[in-house]
Amino acid sequence: MTTTTAPTPVLEASGVTMRFGGLTAVRSVDLTVNSGEIVGLIGPNGAGKTTFFNCLTGLYVPTEGKVSYKGTVLPPKPHLVTSAGIARTFQNIRLFANMTVLENVLVGRHTRTKEGLWSALLRGPGFRKAEAASRERAMELLEFIGLDHKADHLSRNLPYGEQRKLEIARAMASEPGLLLLDEPTAGMNPQETRATEDLVFAIRDRGIAVLVIEHDMRFIFNLSDRVACLVQGEKLVEGTSEVVQGDERVIAAYLGEPFEGAPGDEELAEVEAAEASGTAEASDASDAQSTTSKEGTAQ
Amino acid sequence: MATTETTTSVRGLIALPQAAARALIALGAVATIASTFMSWTYTADFPGDLTYYGSPAGLQVLDLVAGALTLLFALTTWNVRGLGWLNPAGATQPVVLAATSAVAVSWFSAIAIAVDLKGLVALDPGAYIAAVGSLIGLLGALALPKPGDTFKDYVTKPENIPPAAKLPGWGERLVITAATAVALIVFTYGIGVDPDASETFLGYLLLVIFGAWALLTAGLFDRFAELNARHKGFATSMAFLAAAIFPFVENNEHNANLGVNILVVATVALGLNIVVGLTGLLDLGYVAFLGVGAYAAALVSGSEFSRFSGVQFPFWAAMLTGMAASLVFGVLIGAPTLRLRGDYLAIVTLGFGEIFRISVNNMDGSSGPNLTNGPNGISMIPDLKIFGFNFGSSHDVGGMTLGRFANYFLLMLLITALVVLVFNRAADSRIGRSWIAIREDETAATAMGINGFRVKLIAFALGASLAGLAGTVSAHVGYSVNPAPYQFAGSVPPNSAFLLAAVVLGGMGTVNGPILGATLLYLLPEKLSFLKEYQLLAFGVALVILMRFRPEGIIANRRRQLEFHETGQLDIPEQGLPDTTVGVTKAGA
Ligand SMILES: Nc1ncnc2c1ncn2[C@@H]1O[C@H](COP(=O)(O)OP(=O)(O)OP(=O)(O)O)[C@@H](O)[C@H]1O
Ligand SMILES: [Mg+2]
Repeated sequence: MTTTTAPTPVLEASGVTMRFGGLTAVRSVDLTVNSGEIVGLIGPNGAGKTTFFNCLTGLYVPTEGKVSYKGTVLPPKPHLVTSAGIARTFQNIRLFANMTVLENVLVGRHTRTKEGLWSALLRGPGFRKAEAASRERAMELLEFIGLDHKADHLSRNLPYGEQRKLEIARAMASEPGLLLLDEPTAGMNPQETRATEDLVFAIRDRGIAVLVIEHDMRFIFNLSDRVACLVQGEKLVEGTSEVVQGDERVIAAYLGEPFEGAPGDEELAEVEAAEASGTAEASDASDAQSTTSKEGTAQ
Repeated sequence: MATTETTTSVRGLIALPQAAARALIALGAVATIASTFMSWTYTADFPGDLTYYGSPAGLQVLDLVAGALTLLFALTTWNVRGLGWLNPAGATQPVVLAATSAVAVSWFSAIAIAVDLKGLVALDPGAYIAAVGSLIGLLGALALPKPGDTFKDYVTKPENIPPAAKLPGWGERLVITAATAVALIVFTYGIGVDPDASETFLGYLLLVIFGAWALLTAGLFDRFAELNARHKGFATSMAFLAAAIFPFVENNEHNANLGVNILVVATVALGLNIVVGLTGLLDLGYVAFLGVGAYAAALVSGSEFSRFSGVQFPFWAAMLTGMAASLVFGVLIGAPTLRLRGDYLAIVTLGFGEIFRISVNNMDGSSGPNLTNGPNGISMIPDLKIFGFNFGSSHDVGGMTLGRFANYFLLMLLITALVVLVFNRAADSRIGRSWIAIREDETAATAMGINGFRVKLIAFALGASLAGLAGTVSAHVGYSVNPAPYQFAGSVPPNSAFLLAAVVLGGMGTVNGPILGATLLYLLPEKLSFLKEYQLLAFGVALVILMRFRPEGIIANRRRQLEFHETGQLDIPEQGLPDTTVGVTKAGA
């Protein structure tokens, strides 16, 4: 659609819809992520971003629509999605709290190793070799995120920011082609956020495409090649950071304008009028407002 | 430590000069020891016969050990050379606890004699000396520097215990060997207590509890655990060697039978631990798999009550049959139920466990197909013969006679060793990590690529086949199988509630925990005959107490301990126990 030269799509989601009873949390969303791309997914609280992730990774079976990875349609089973090559982190950190940091990453290696019960019981040379290789790979990832010195700590004892990083390492251990990050900087201080930014770039440089949900606008617009904005389950806009930053509908959505179905022209006009004073400051404005909305709906 | 601090904090609970306090402890300990060589009561009616001068018996032996322990710890307060290792921090707690063990045993004995034999007149001077002497020792110990301001400080391990001096490799192995030998002696003594002498066994329990507590607060258990970790293979072989020596030391057939039964339930509990402790699946019908294994072995044993009475498999084939049958049942029960989570799984497995028992009860040819001989079960199961070795008869080995149960004990020990090996290897592997991951967070585990259903089914099937394996031996040991013991809860041990309690009490996810738990739960009602009718009640009380004070079980998995006590990383010295106040307010509220 935009920028990248010779884009090969890694993820193609088309017409993904998720209904919970009467509530349509995600409505007919199309999204493509190309190789080597960082795509941002933004939207106010309850917009359906996490639900969309869950649909992509098979934790939810989408009511409608299909998701394909590198051309093959994915079955809605989380473990199959992961072995296909999509790994994810969670918005509410879901580490294996009573396992060590290293063990957490080793669990991430599950799909890339084959040793079953028999080889574990017999402990042949193949088992030892595979186990050693897994450990080496896991330590390398811990080094990558800068947690190798805490390999033996229980993950529950890590500070918040490090837990988020560990979730990323655990996801990367499955050698994904696409990494889904759900609010990787939530709860981080500005320095940690900056470091995470560098980390995401480094992940992209390893040839992994990234789809990232964030409320921190500065973070997302810095990072992303493309940004899509979900509002009330629908994709409102998609485009480069500049395009999305400047889009009045996005600003309106974050301001909490009433929104029924597709955005009507009158509403848009009102918004435009209200925001007439300056689109140039839009980026700052949306940044500030995003935080307000985050706090607002969190209650 | 005591010499550097001269402020008020050094003062003990009882204000006495330190030199006097130390002398008192030693005096008390010596008096206690001396008293055990005297008569405590004039009639032989009291269990153990405590009437002799010059030779301690029954409770006196226990008091002698308690007194000796107190004396040893008293000597550490004088910094006697060569005893530093016993109390490396020079702490007060172990001294107090050792003295308490002497007081507990002496006073318990005196009171028991007076109650059993109607009055204080039954007490001989020896008993008075023991009571007074041990009390003097305790008073002296309480005059030692206070470890803290609360009662709790007296019973908790102090921080900053200096690390042990480095021993050469052979020295460390020697320590492990000695400690294992002590454990063997302690265990053999306990199992050898006459079941009619409940008083002696209670005294034994008091001594073991307070004595072990003293060693714990001295930091000796931690050191031993460290040594064990460093020489894992050696320590494990020593433990099994000690267990193999047991039937030679304990030559009584009844006690060897106890030993076999303990091994059977311990092995089954270990199998259950894979399902409950590692994978986090609450299985309330686990004992059915033991039953399947036992019945399978009985059916192919050649017993004339078996449906296939002409068939007699060699033992290895019977073993595989039992395992395979349990495995098939495990998969049959697991496949439909393992998609359920939490409570649902517990209820469905409970149901399946009962279905097994009821089916077996009815498959007698009149109310169902003729397979299990109904409530009568399959009896007259012949003894095993392996390579011409008849397990039913006595054999002379190195001048010792090994009876029938001793033979089975050794066989069962091999099987326990196998199960321990399976548990350890499975737990420390890709599959074991995925079990733990599922226990921790099933959603995250599946998102990491783990096929939850498949992995849980493997755990379930492995647990089932290990129980089946134990079942094949237990069928032969007990001569017969019948449906009665394979129920959810009952007063005879192998029932699901018993096995679960063994796992939870002992410590989930560990190897030693379920073995210790099963041993305690089997041995206590056996030796404390007055408890028999109240066994289930005692179970409940023990579980409640343990869950309140040590929810991770007696032997804590490092992980579990952190999970329940939130004291932060163990390798970082912890400051106090932040959870205690919370617990207290919760309990108070
Ligand atoms: N399992 C579920 N059952 C019913 N409703 C659900 C379920 N999961 C999500 N929802 C609803 O779907 C909507 C979208 O939620 P979602 O968590 O996807 O929002 P989000 O965009 O991730 O918000 P946030 O920024 O707060 O993380 C919400 O209204 C939520 O209540
Ligand atoms: Mg979300």
